[in-house]
Amino acid sequence: MRITRYAAGLAALGIVLTGCSSEAGNQAEEAAEGTAEVAEDVEFEAGTTMAELAEAGSMTVGTKFDQPGFGLLNPSGTPEGFDVEIAKIIAAEMGIAAEDIEWTETVSANREPFIENGQVDMVVATYTINDARKERIDFAGPYYEAGQDIMVAAGNPLGIEGPEDLAGKNVCSVEGSTPAETIRTDYPEAQLTLFDVYSKCADALTNGQVDAVTTDNVILTGLVAGNPDGFELVGNPFTEEPYGIGIEKGDQEFRDFINDTLEQAYEDGTWAAAWDRTAGAISDTEAPEPPDVDRY
Amino acid sequence: MQFFVDNFPLLRDAFLTTLSLSLLGGLLALVLGTLLAAFRVSPIPPLRGLSTFYVETFRNTPLTVVFFFIIFGLPQIDFALSFYTGSVLAVGLYTAAFVCEAVRSGINAVNPGQAEASRAIGLTFGQSLREVVLPQAFRTVVPPLGNVWIAMVKNTSIAAGFAVTELTASLQRLANANAGELLLVLVAVVAGYMLITVPSAIAINHVERRVAILR
Repeated sequence: MRITRYAAGLAALGIVLTGCSSEAGNQAEEAAEGTAEVAEDVEFEAGTTMAELAEAGSMTVGTKFDQPGFGLLNPSGTPEGFDVEIAKIIAAEMGIAAEDIEWTETVSANREPFIENGQVDMVVATYTINDARKERIDFAGPYYEAGQDIMVAAGNPLGIEGPEDLAGKNVCSVEGSTPAETIRTDYPEAQLTLFDVYSKCADALTNGQVDAVTTDNVILTGLVAGNPDGFELVGNPFTEEPYGIGIEKGDQEFRDFINDTLEQAYEDGTWAAAWDRTAGAISDTEAPEPPDVDRY
Repeated sequence: MQFFVDNFPLLRDAFLTTLSLSLLGGLLALVLGTLLAAFRVSPIPPLRGLSTFYVETFRNTPLTVVFFFIIFGLPQIDFALSFYTGSVLAVGLYTAAFVCEAVRSGINAVNPGQAEASRAIGLTFGQSLREVVLPQAFRTVVPPLGNVWIAMVKNTSIAAGFAVTELTASLQRLANANAGELLLVLVAVVAGYMLITVPSAIAINHVERRVAILR
């Protein structure tokens, strides 16, 4: 029952926000379909994180608020995107409805501290699984495999096809990010220009102050979607960025539970449906093959 | 300790960038600010108006907006600067407004009789300003100018968001690469700023004591 109310609310909101545009109303209704059903009468072994969260009926999730398609704060103050949907699927499996999730903005620099200090129960924030991070926290998933790609001005005037073509070119990324570090170590002949946010890279590319912008393809897809006449994606990912769900180190039961939930979502289509109404909708791409969960 | 050894080149370069941004920006601000203050007390109304307009515009605009305008706005009218030059310009132009106000307050503190007497003995407006009024004005405004300088050193951190690798930008880079040593990263960056501001404060106190005018 609850889920239908939620759907109706969402549809109504869509209509109000767009001034009774029926199209938006339909979209909102569609969006609500395929949302994971909130489990009822959930039963977990006492003492586990799942039992605690299910008992509390709410949880805190860290996600990004500035990543179109994955985690973006909409004007009404709730985030939306693929990461957000993944978090909702996991919460639903513990009997926690979407509106009972408390969203916390996690930027790249504060994710590990937030998990370690218990400020969030889990982080779903385009969070690349790597060994350095595994020393401090644990990862469930991956639930998506991204890759670093390059965005250039529409028409690709400099003919940049891959990272090798960046030698001597001015390439833009964000200070402190993994993609910038990859360019610095693996392609030292590229000239790096580093801002604090990717939107400034897009401005600089528009102005011709840089020749290319590089980061994970999912971020670039959002930028291209925002200015399809100005930018294009080279479409040649050259790294593997498996996105995982960050949780407290050593919480094996919670990790297994999330992994099981992900595998179930792969099978029953909720994962693909989540993709279609978020990242897939803005980039106009089919849901990819889900990656294998890595139970390390 | 190993952390500081490993990251010394980055921290040193970042520190030198912050220092050079501060020095160049400060020099620009001091020269332009003094000129603006002279305009503001000059007998020519258009110059006074120009100076007032400048000060009110820059003083009431957030520095980030000034940066945005210079880094991303000017290229739209085909006037592209390097990110570093643009940053120096942004910091300098912004701070000049505050320098102008500080210097003007110093000029106001000089007894009007001084200016009248210098005009009476035949000095031009420019001469009386240079030889009589400004030297006394500057001696009065050492502490406020010192405040403006220290604020400006910290304001250079805005350049981190505009493709200049100074101390704050190195903070972002080091924080992501050394998530386990966040505290050391902060200590290193704060120490970098204090390496500029603390000696400045001591120097300002010293100069203030030496040149203060007893009225």
